[in-house]
This record gives sequence, structure tokens and C-alpha cells, in this order.
Amino acid sequence: MKVKEIARLLDARIVCGQERADYSIDVAFASDLMSDVLTLKNDNVLLITGLANMQTIRTAEMSDIQCVVFARNKRVTPEMIDLAEDNDLVVLECRYSVFKTCGLLYEAGVEPIF
Amino acid sequence: MAERMQFEYNVDGGNFTRAGFASSEIKKILKKLNVDIGIVKRTVVATYEGEVNIVAHAYSGTIYVDIDTERIRINLKDEGPGIPDIDQAMEEGYSTASSQVREMGFGAGMGLPNMKKNADEMHITSEVDKGTEVEIVMFLNNKE
Ligand SMILES: Nc1ncnc2c1ncn2[C@@H]1O[C@H](COP(=O)(O)OP(=O)(O)OP(=O)(O)O)[C@@H](O)[C@H]1O
Ligand SMILES: [Mg+2]
Repeated sequence: MKVKEIARLLDARIVCGQERADYSIDVAFASDLMSDVLTLKNDNVLLITGLANMQTIRTAEMSDIQCVVFARNKRVTPEMIDLAEDNDLVVLECRYSVFKTCGLLYEAGVEPIF
Repeated sequence: MAERMQFEYNVDGGNFTRAGFASSEIKKILKKLNVDIGIVKRTVVATYEGEVNIVAHAYSGTIYVDIDTERIRINLKDEGPGIPDIDQAMEEGYSTASSQVREMGFGAGMGLPNMKKNADEMHITSEVDKGTEVEIVMFLNNKE
């Protein structure tokens, strides 16, 4: 599923990487625990999280995650956007809860990792 | 490419805004050297876990990077409380992380085991009240 379709489905705002929203995501993972995200081996993972800080973006960078959805109106700071931009990430801000975000994506056919 | 390259980075304990800076620089270097992307990912994830451990658990540290045509060697050395029982620290789920560390999304007790999974070799030495040294080695030529 293309990132821009995901943004539409979630009624989410693309706050970084609009011009990269054309690529496709295979699988998604939801977690507020970066320790857990760092154990993933998959490529092309969409991360859904309620944890909005610099380490969320760093973790995405280290794990080669290219798209992060911040659920439940979590604010992305300018500093986070700068770092995301440096790493060619696409960042989405969404007002739905993590639960609803995951439900909509699952229903639309995005695959879980485990 | 030079036969051998060495770099070092300082890491401040407690400074979560900067945590990951060194690992990010290392990632850029490895990509520039055209290291296999799978090896880059394993190296960088392991290094980042180690860097976050210095930030989360120690006072200050240095990351030494040594790359030659055969292997990448990364040594994460810190001044800090040390680890009294390394076998216990290596167990999945064992953590002494503070609530501040947990709020940052860490402290699940998965970092050291994950470093071991990602590295080709890993060695830890530690002295209580002095510090900890974790070395990871990644081989560049023989694929597993
Ligand atoms: N550099 C270090 N200095 C002192 N203690 C450490 C250091 N690294 C790890 N430890 C100790 O080992 C424990 C386990 O480390 P590990 O990285 O596996 O988990 P964690 O850092 O607590 O959580 P996570 O890595 O999942 O975020 C830590 O909670 C801490 O007690
Ligand atoms: Mg850790």
C-alpha cells in the first residue's frame, strides 16, 4: 500500500517527506517500545507509535524504517522533522488512536510482522 | 579506499536528545564504503543499542570504530557503575533502567541480547564502579 494511500485512509497529515509518499509499505508494526522495534529484521516496515521523541526517529533511522505514523495527535517537533528529513523518512501525524490506526490498516490489507 | 580507518565519538551519559548521533555517523560512513546493507543494518542496530546503554546507564563514554578490509570492530567504552553480573544483564527482560529511560521508549532489557544477535562476535568486560566495555565485531567477507 502506498504511503499516500495510507495517509488518506488514516486522514493523517504528512508532516515530512511529502515528495516521498509514493513508495509502498509491505508490513506494519505498532509499538511505543523502541527496544522492541530494534529487534525487527524486516525491510519496508511502517511504524505506528504513540511515542513522539527524538529516539523514535533515531530508532527508525537505525532500523531502516522509512515511514512513521504518530497516532493520537502526538506532536512532532521541528527538531524531529529535521532529523527525519536528513534520513529521508516520511512522517505522518494522525488523530486516531493506535488501536484504530492499526485496525484500519489491517482491514485494508497491510500485513503484520508476527 | 584506505586499508584501515579509525574514528572515535564521545557519548554523554543522560543526554537522550543526542543519543544515536554516533551510530548515525557510523551508518553514513559504512554506506559510503559500500558495505553490504544487511551488515550495515546489523552493525548500526548493535552500535545504537550500545550507545543508548551508555546514555541510559553510564556517565560518559567513547565509541571507537576500526574498519579494515576484513572486519568492522566497534568498541563502546564507558565510565559508569559497571555491570555486577554480566550473565544476568545478558538475559532478555533484565533491566535496571530508570523511569526516565523507560519514558524514552527503552528499558525493556532487550538491548544486550539484541546486540549479541546482530553482531558476529561480542565481548563484554565490566568493573563495578568503574565502567563497562562492549566490543562487537562484524566480518565483511564471509557471509553466514
Ligand atoms: N554500559 C552499561 N553500564 C552499566 N550497566 C549497563 C550497561 N549496559 C547495560 N547495563 C545493565 O544491563 C542491563 C541490561 O541491558 P540491556 O541493554 O539488555 O537492557 P536495557 O538497557 O535495560 O533496556 P533496553 O536495551 O531494552 O532498552 C541494564 O538494565 C543495566 O542494568
Ligand atoms: Mg539497552
